[in-house]
Amino acid sequence: MGNVRDLRSVSDAAAARAAASTVARRSYGKLLAYLAADMHDVSAAEDALSEAFAAALADWPANGCPDQPEAWLMTVARRKGIDGTRRHRTGDAVAAQLRAIADMQAECMHADGEDDAFPDRRLALLFACTHPAIDASVRAPLMLQTVLGLDAKTIASAFLVSPEAMGKRLGRAKQKIREAGIPFVIPEREAWSGRLDGVLDAVYATYAEGWSDPDEADLVRRDLADEAIFLARLLVELLPQEPEAMGLLAGMLYAQARRSARRNAQGDYVPLAKQDISLWDAAAIDEAEALLQRASAFKHIGRYQLEAALQSAHIERRRSGRTDWTPEVQLYGALLALTGSPVVALNRALAVAELEGLQVALAILEDLSVDKRLTDYQPYWAALADLLARAGQKTRAHHAYEIAIGLTRDAAVRRFLQDRQAGLDP
Amino acid sequence: MQYLLMLFSEEGAWSRMSQADQQRGVAAYQAYTQALKEAGVWVGSNRLQDTGTATTVRLVEGKSQVLDGPYIDSKEQLGGYYLIEAPDLDAALGWAARCPGASHGTIEVRPVWAMSGTSAA
Repeated sequence: MGNVRDLRSVSDAAAARAAASTVARRSYGKLLAYLAADMHDVSAAEDALSEAFAAALADWPANGCPDQPEAWLMTVARRKGIDGTRRHRTGDAVAAQLRAIADMQAECMHADGEDDAFPDRRLALLFACTHPAIDASVRAPLMLQTVLGLDAKTIASAFLVSPEAMGKRLGRAKQKIREAGIPFVIPEREAWSGRLDGVLDAVYATYAEGWSDPDEADLVRRDLADEAIFLARLLVELLPQEPEAMGLLAGMLYAQARRSARRNAQGDYVPLAKQDISLWDAAAIDEAEALLQRASAFKHIGRYQLEAALQSAHIERRRSGRTDWTPEVQLYGALLALTGSPVVALNRALAVAELEGLQVALAILEDLSVDKRLTDYQPYWAALADLLARAGQKTRAHHAYEIAIGLTRDAAVRRFLQDRQAGLDP
Repeated sequence: MQYLLMLFSEEGAWSRMSQADQQRGVAAYQAYTQALKEAGVWVGSNRLQDTGTATTVRLVEGKSQVLDGPYIDSKEQLGGYYLIEAPDLDAALGWAARCPGASHGTIEVRPVWAMSGTSAA
């Protein structure tokens, strides 16, 4: 079958392709942001950009790449936009062209993709996509389609929604932006706290969807984690004075660093406490630590910095060989006060179990059991089962494992929980 | 709304599994069923015998035609179903993703045609 050289040329081609996509994606978001702000209409901007891409695919191979491809595309797109010919394309048409144009564009653009022909308005687009007037569940998908050029089918699959429903939702959201006159502006500082949260939450939701495929089996989901990190990097770049953006990126980098350690060579699930530290990505961790440090200099703590600080505490045993649960409990307490999230309360209870004992933690979980949001939440049942098992309450533990096994989407976690459940029997 | 989750998978895979893996597989389905029941979502479910036991019937020009074997002869076959009650398609897809069958096969999710005038059980 394939020899070493074949493999290398395949990976070279893949690397070239990835580089091309990055460049194209960068300029796609910039172009669409500029056009959408100009036309006050995302769909019309997608239409115009699609026309410009089609023109480029026809023109460039014959006449060579223009010196400033982005400016070229922009000029054509604006002319098409003024023509006003609406084909009512979805964002998908543009997404498909984006792939076709990726290789070609990479050849004409500088490696870093910088092209300062027009200002970067992606931040304003991010704020428009995550506006409070837009349904919260569609903000992250909309952001992925407009800023990164992902197609509705890919987004739908990642968010476990039917492609048709996702297409409709994206369409409705764009209509709302146009008809309600949602502005493409960066809000004033005073209005920031709520609005920036919208942007950060949407990026975080994207990462969470990507992270939830620990099998690494689902390409769409794995890529989504990378897309989220791309967006967070963009935010840090565009908002260099915003510690929460740094916190968000740091938190995701910490999590990403532990990604491949979640499975052993046999593909079995490995819980955090049992992970092989040497598999953690040291470079990602260093970058996260530096970001968190930079963020703390602003002395303005927030949810995402706390999340990142917790991630940092999770990997403390990398430095000291042991986990100190006191800061974990304190950080979860601060995060809980800030968010009121039952998931945070659950995680805090697990840290409490280590610090104050199983009975205290079980009492907290008992209180939490009335929260409907946890009823179908697999980690709640897995945590409850683990605590009950350690407390020697085998019958109740068996039942909690049963529900946790039934709720998991991940085959390796299912096996892990089944082994734990079987281990209850003497 | 009710949704039918149809579990398609390769039939031969089951018989090639070790006994321990088969037990584990059955236990995973039992846990899934239990989770559906506790969430108040479960309406009904069954596992089907393999397609070697299938027979098809239809009437051709008034005469019944009975054939041995499944309607569609393909590698992946319908092996069972869950009928669930879910508020919308997204919720149904969420439950389908949790079904062990999603890990070793494909699950088709179809809304049940709501009959007006007949009362659902």
